[in-house]
Amino acid sequence: MSYGQSSVVREVGVDERRITVTVNGEKRVVEVEPRLLLAHLLREGLALTGTHLGCDTTSCGACTVLVDGTPVKSCTMLAVQADGHEITTVEGLGTPSELDPVQEGFSREHALQCGFCTPGMMLTSHALLESNPDPSEEEVRWAISGNLCRCTGYQNIVKAVLWAAEKKSGGVS
Amino acid sequence: MGHGSMLRKEDARFLRGRGRFVDDIQLPGMLHAAVLRSPYAHARIVSVDTSAAESHPLVRAVITGEMLADRGLAWMPTLSHDVQAVLATDKVRYQGQEVAFVVAENRYAARDALALIDVEYEPLTPVVDAQQALAPDAPLVRDEIDGRTDNHIFDWEAGDAAATDAVFAAAAHVSACDLLYPRVHPAPLETCGIVASSDAVSGKLTVYATAQAPHAHRAMYASIAGIPEQKIQIIAPDIGGGFGNKVGMYPAYLCAVVASVITGAPVKWTEDRSENLMTTSFARDYHMRGEIAATADGTILGLRVRVLADHGAFNGTAQPSKFPAGFFHTFTGSYDIPAAHCRVTGVYTNKAPGGVAYACSFRITEASYLVERMVDVLAHDLGLDPAAVRMGNLLRPEQFPYVCATGWEYDSGDYARALELALEMAGYDELRREQVAQRQAYEETGRGTVMGVGISFFTEAVGAGPRKMMDVFGFGMADGADLRVHPSGSAVLAVSCMSQGQGHETTFAQLVAEELGISPDDVEVVQGDTDRTPFGLGTYGSRSTPVSGAATVVVARKVRERARIVAAAMLEVAPADLEWTKGRFDVRGVPGVGVTIGEIARAAHSDLELPEGVEGHLDASCVYNPPNLTFPFGAYICVVDVDPGTGQVKVRRFVAVDDCGVRINPMIVEGQIHGGLADGIGMALMELIAFDGDGNHLGASFMDYLLPTAVECPSWELGTTVTPSPHHPIGAKGVGESATVGSPAAVVNAVLDAIGVRHADMPLTPAQVWRAVQGRPMRTDLAVSDGW
Repeated sequence: MSYGQSSVVREVGVDERRITVTVNGEKRVVEVEPRLLLAHLLREGLALTGTHLGCDTTSCGACTVLVDGTPVKSCTMLAVQADGHEITTVEGLGTPSELDPVQEGFSREHALQCGFCTPGMMLTSHALLESNPDPSEEEVRWAISGNLCRCTGYQNIVKAVLWAAEKKSGGVS
Repeated sequence: MGHGSMLRKEDARFLRGRGRFVDDIQLPGMLHAAVLRSPYAHARIVSVDTSAAESHPLVRAVITGEMLADRGLAWMPTLSHDVQAVLATDKVRYQGQEVAFVVAENRYAARDALALIDVEYEPLTPVVDAQQALAPDAPLVRDEIDGRTDNHIFDWEAGDAAATDAVFAAAAHVSACDLLYPRVHPAPLETCGIVASSDAVSGKLTVYATAQAPHAHRAMYASIAGIPEQKIQIIAPDIGGGFGNKVGMYPAYLCAVVASVITGAPVKWTEDRSENLMTTSFARDYHMRGEIAATADGTILGLRVRVLADHGAFNGTAQPSKFPAGFFHTFTGSYDIPAAHCRVTGVYTNKAPGGVAYACSFRITEASYLVERMVDVLAHDLGLDPAAVRMGNLLRPEQFPYVCATGWEYDSGDYARALELALEMAGYDELRREQVAQRQAYEETGRGTVMGVGISFFTEAVGAGPRKMMDVFGFGMADGADLRVHPSGSAVLAVSCMSQGQGHETTFAQLVAEELGISPDDVEVVQGDTDRTPFGLGTYGSRSTPVSGAATVVVARKVRERARIVAAAMLEVAPADLEWTKGRFDVRGVPGVGVTIGEIARAAHSDLELPEGVEGHLDASCVYNPPNLTFPFGAYICVVDVDPGTGQVKVRRFVAVDDCGVRINPMIVEGQIHGGLADGIGMALMELIAFDGDGNHLGASFMDYLLPTAVECPSWELGTTVTPSPHHPIGAKGVGESATVGSPAAVVNAVLDAIGVRHADMPLTPAQVWRAVQGRPMRTDLAVSDGW
């Protein structure tokens, strides 16, 4: 099995646009149909399958990525709209050896079960802590209210984000 | 060494986006499929023209019902001894039903081509309201079955009707109530999907699928398509939640297999959310009339229930085959009720099939909701406190093992202790005092909110099950475990259950670790691959810990006994002279003389001479046939604030005391409970699959099918008691579905307690609550025919 490039990004006879996106710090030049969703470019074109699709109405947030640092549901953005922008996916959240505090918090507080919402949930949480380093529980709940989870009942996610906030402020080691 | 709140082994990949879910799989030459679906709930198919779709440059195949019929595959068997259309040939029977299957070079092209298929329909009147399904003039859903003249599927009963009727005739008090448990949907965040790859050279079919029961899927493919079983490999990779949605086979799976055979290429099909909600297994849809008989002081004497079960157009309910209404006859719940009887009637309607899903433990959600609502109705009618009524009727510890009026033998329980703990945690008496004061203030001013307290005390029955009583598709519900200990002392455990997030990779390693005294990090758990795991029936009904967990413990103990023989040979003593302490055998009475499991493993694979008949190695297999189910229980208390002016409900607190016997990993148990409690809030307040009078599905996306977010959920307050299962090897009971089973009644009881209304059906949306406050709640499942 491989996670190779599929035909969604290179297709004979279809109107294609060349775009340049920086994904997890790496500059990528790809040709895409204008209708291609960013989520599918990431998953199938660039083999970054950590970004998930859980709905078709922009409700669940499993596809959340950071576009220039802002959480965006990548199922509701065309790949061509990402031209010239910087995208961060879960694969670029921490380094392979060093996890982001949010990732570490999710593990320590058991904030994931099936793991399907986890990438989007962590990216939203990461962005929250960038703009609000010391959120209240209420603020965390509102911040992640665009991300659905079917497994955890949210409680441990809230704890994980608060743990990450404390870690980032030097409170825990 | 083993049990305890260790962090999860599986997290490492999920945190880095390196889980491997079905839609992540990319095979060389893989094609993508899309399904053309019926816009009608009920219509005759006049013609299907696929020529334009076939001439699309990126389309590689278009499969119709007629093409499948030529191969004998237009219909497939269901888990309830019915058949289900794979692709419709004669007519469509629910909106969203599969009509054609398109395979193209990418997913966008496959979707494009759907619009090029021309289907001519002749609309028919649909059966939408289950309560009208048996009317003499009701349209016939299943006219393809010879001799069928109505929409009746089955009648099934349990308990003693005559004895129950006698109790009711003599009782001082009888309360009756009609209750609807509306149709909802498990809605796992990852939808259903498959990659089917048929190899023309080897004849081998490899299927990657969202399968909670991969071995059962293999058997189904073999039976339906006639492929030799050894030539079928099902691989369930990481699954993004199942909740019962991913137990059975769906039509598009079979289409993908056929498409792979036809095209000679791997075929991927991933449904979108609306397809998932419209066509895969729904849950509930039980129309119940409950009657409860009691003395004037609230001692329950009898329970009588009549159920109309809406099964949709095909009876595809996934449950042990001798139980057409699942385990609904656990409806006497946690109480010592001398007489009980239920009769369940299943009917066909023009809706998608399903019924058993969404953490229901085979209809125990419905049973538990029924009894916990009826106890509150009784308390309401008699003017008694619902906590006191429960406390007065709960089974006592000395009554276990307890055989209930419908025949279940409950294994163990200490109910009053759990309820007392929950009441204490909630500060029940103080809450009641606050409620009185608040209600008075509301009545004086007409402003503000009113508070309500709802209790639910449930008993689950999980771990199906004893093979003599329980089978699925003819397969007894015993499960296997294979354990291999490597020469270095690390181990691989292969099990037939299949995690969808419940943490089996961690907890099953903990079970082995506890029994063999090695680190859980040194135990690799294999699941989901039918070529690499022993046969078994998969994960649903909270059966993993009761069945596969037991198999794992037993197989580890078999290995330990083999290790004893090897150690005896190493130490040149009799096996009986050895004493096991975590991870080593020592010679009894000779301190310091012994060998560790690692040393034994090495020796077992070495040239050490072993006694006659001992073959060496430290490997073993086990098939565990459970002697009974396990019966976990819990006491839940929900506190809500309701605005009677708007009908808005805010869940202020939720106290949950669960007893699932011995907890392998308390952290994971608590996570399971958290998730199930959120389900309860969803079902009680938000979730609904409704239909209009034409059979149009009104909950087909997350815009309409509302799931709780972090904002609707409170911080859960959990409590624990431990009453081990006496028949389970480590005393553990299942727990995964407990909170989903137990919590909806607590939320509903709380809301109705707040507004002082005897009964209103779920979901208690602001509109429903507001109407209930006005004294006219409604059936919420039939939006249009009820005049919304």
